[in-house]
Amino acid sequence: MSAVLKVSGMSHWFGGLKAVSNFDFEVPEGAIYGLIGPNGSGKTTTFNLITGIYKPTEGKIEFSGGDITGAKPYRIVRKGVARTFQNLRIFGSMSVLDNVRVARQYKPVSTLLASTLRLPSFKAEERQRKAEALRLLDVLHLADRAKEQAKNLPYGELRRLEIARALATEPKLLLLDEPAAGMNPKEVQDLMALIARVRDEFKVTVFLIEHHMKFVMGLCERIKVLDFGETIAEGKPEAVAKDPRVLEAYLGKKGGH
Amino acid sequence: MKIPRTPWLLVVAAGFWAVVQLLRLVGFNDYYLFIANLSLVYVILAVSLNLINGIIGQFSLGHMGFAAVGAYVSGSITTLIYKLSPNVAAHYPGFVLALVAGGVAAALVGVAIGFPTLRLKGDYLAIVTLGFGEIIRTIFNNIDAVGGPRGLLGIPKFSTFTVILAFALITVAVIRNIAESAHGRNMIAIRENELAADLVGIDTTGYKVKVFALGAFFAGVGGGLYAHLLQIAHPTQFGFIYSVQVLIMVYAGGVGSLTGSVLAAFALTILTQVLKSFLSWLKAVTDLPIGGDWYMVVYALLLILIMLYRTEGLMGTREAKLMVIPEEDEK
Amino acid sequence: MGSIFNLQQVVNGLQLGSIYALIALGYTMVYGIVRLINFAHGDFFMIGAYAAYGAFFLFNAVLGGSGLPMAGIALVLAMAASGGVALLTNRLAYKPLRYKPKLSSLITAIGVSMLIEYLFSAIPFIGPSFRAFPDILPSRPIQIGPNATISTHALIDIGVAAVLMIGLTVLVRHTALGKAMRAVSQDKDAAKLMGIDVEKVIAWTFLIGGSFAGAAGLLAGMTYPRIFPFMGILPGLKAFIAAVLGGIGNIPGAVLGAYIMGVAETFATAYNSLLGEGIAFAILIVVLLVRPRGILGEKSADKI
Repeated sequence: MSAVLKVSGMSHWFGGLKAVSNFDFEVPEGAIYGLIGPNGSGKTTTFNLITGIYKPTEGKIEFSGGDITGAKPYRIVRKGVARTFQNLRIFGSMSVLDNVRVARQYKPVSTLLASTLRLPSFKAEERQRKAEALRLLDVLHLADRAKEQAKNLPYGELRRLEIARALATEPKLLLLDEPAAGMNPKEVQDLMALIARVRDEFKVTVFLIEHHMKFVMGLCERIKVLDFGETIAEGKPEAVAKDPRVLEAYLGKKGGH
Repeated sequence: MKIPRTPWLLVVAAGFWAVVQLLRLVGFNDYYLFIANLSLVYVILAVSLNLINGIIGQFSLGHMGFAAVGAYVSGSITTLIYKLSPNVAAHYPGFVLALVAGGVAAALVGVAIGFPTLRLKGDYLAIVTLGFGEIIRTIFNNIDAVGGPRGLLGIPKFSTFTVILAFALITVAVIRNIAESAHGRNMIAIRENELAADLVGIDTTGYKVKVFALGAFFAGVGGGLYAHLLQIAHPTQFGFIYSVQVLIMVYAGGVGSLTGSVLAAFALTILTQVLKSFLSWLKAVTDLPIGGDWYMVVYALLLILIMLYRTEGLMGTREAKLMVIPEEDEK
Repeated sequence: MGSIFNLQQVVNGLQLGSIYALIALGYTMVYGIVRLINFAHGDFFMIGAYAAYGAFFLFNAVLGGSGLPMAGIALVLAMAASGGVALLTNRLAYKPLRYKPKLSSLITAIGVSMLIEYLFSAIPFIGPSFRAFPDILPSRPIQIGPNATISTHALIDIGVAAVLMIGLTVLVRHTALGKAMRAVSQDKDAAKLMGIDVEKVIAWTFLIGGSFAGAAGLLAGMTYPRIFPFMGILPGLKAFIAAVLGGIGNIPGAVLGAYIMGVAETFATAYNSLLGEGIAFAILIVVLLVRPRGILGEKSADKI
């Protein structure tokens, strides 16, 4: 099974603080893997490093066999890596449809000139892009919201919108940063089913960060646990859940103080 | 058969042209024509600034620096060719080329400035663009070949109402077409959340530089038209306070609304002239030392009040119906 | 004649730097506490100069046109006027926008600056034309080397600046207010939770910063004796750049940056007047491109 994502020996310092330490991980094609750990353990930083927001101080990141270490974020996205954010980063004043449309923009796009003169090639492209975006919204149950301003959407739908937008870039690897944050149990269930469906229908590999234990245990095939930037456990969900180091990281030292 | 959509922009512009020409026939004062011309020049400046500040959300405070480049470059070209042959009408093609040359020069300056500085955020970008605007002005102030502190004099009066209106129409149409396209959406995405825009594959730096250059180009054209209207290009015309004046127009109309910029450019240009006239009348009537600078006080108060009470200005980010190009399936 | 790098120029540079330092401190304090570039700060400097001028006209009959008492009153009035206007500006224009996007505050600051400048320019008895600043403390040169003199004005400039800066250091390090100021500039919300009245601290910061600019205005009026409503623009910009050079938000940084700026500008002008005009902008561009946090500034981490 080929690895879609391969991270080797990645470490990152912010000044004197070691945020991520010796991160080694492989995610095979079609898998759903998870990254968990207490707050501040370096999970989002890991995502930021993979997507090129920071250039890692040490280590190598490979995507589908190619080296993407420290490349510019927009280039990494165009290669096929997409992500959502812990704190929603929606384009608030744009419509739901436009939020998704924008993510398809770099596919063969008319030059500035063709857009200005509104040549037929430009118009044809706009039509196609719009149809594709609507189809995507449909899968994520947001089609009826297409014309609404994004900032008016309720929280749960905004999270779905971010996923729709990420999918619009036609990724091979989807990084989800706390997709279930702030959701009630029913929404969490639906999201789990949605992500599994997305993985099957869109043929993406999923790597996600979450705090919601049921979500992670129920959905992920393999989990990596971080604490203070270090990997303290890795393996199948059941094994990780019982690992004493993991329990200690989350609950603190038990027994004598 | 598909009925073509009405090109509203062209209709309005043509209508405006016809109205003014008619008024001229019945004795429209040349002063009013000057106000119309000046308003149109400010339309070009305000709309091009709105592209940078409003559409793609980069806070630039040196817009008049670009106008200065356009003014001096086009002015230098035309004063040269005018010396060779004073037949004004024969010079119109040359005039248009000179304006474009001024615009291109300004665009190049925009790229040179934009490339290293557009990665700075908000406050810092504002200060740097302010600084560059002043540097450009200082440079022209010190080049004796274009008049130095005395300014470039004797620029032929090539800016007629028709020419200025035509360029204003082109400016608005081009910027509107770009704003209402996939490119425009990308720019708005960059404005709304630059990091997220990066992470959906948009080359944010590339866009920022290109938009900066485009805005600079039109500012340069506007500057050129201005210089050929007043027949002079002088360093003091392009100082920071005049960049702020254009900024106030953009904010009054609604930053992000091209319609707003057009309306505000007209409204504020007319208001300024009215205020100036009122002040000189007041001074003549009361014999008090009333300075002309009071109109600037009004501008400043307007800006403060907009910021405190109505940040979205007149139009917010909305556009008038006739400015918007409807989507393919909404015709 | 010798090179431009001589003692006289150093003295001149320190003199100029002292004035910049007093202005830069206000910029940096306000930025440190509310992350706002107060465009109007240069105008507080201008107000100080005019207030001192006004003091002269009010009191010269009583105190005599020159001498220490006159200078003292002028200084007090200059600092009070500028500090007062700063306080007012904060209360009316910046406080309402405290929790709105930062850009709104920046634009408002531009508007306030414009308002003050043109108001002073338009009001007839203040008026747009230059005014000669009265000779409150006459200048006498003191020989300090074979080729250099230091004027009493320079000594006063450097001296007053030094006293005020020492006073500020004492305030920031050893008083409750100073501690509160430091807390608020680190983390506004945490400071609030510790019971600090954040708005009051901000108000004090504006008052102190503004009054320092006013003092600088008096010194400038005395040293370069022409005042006009727009006199705050260039010095304000240069002092701001100095603060950025030293590390915006950092008090010792502002002082360091200001003296570097003063000396650099003096040398540059001696070499070539165009260079002198442009050196400040050159410094700004270099700093922002090479080390945006300035000499003593700390790297700020944006949580992504």
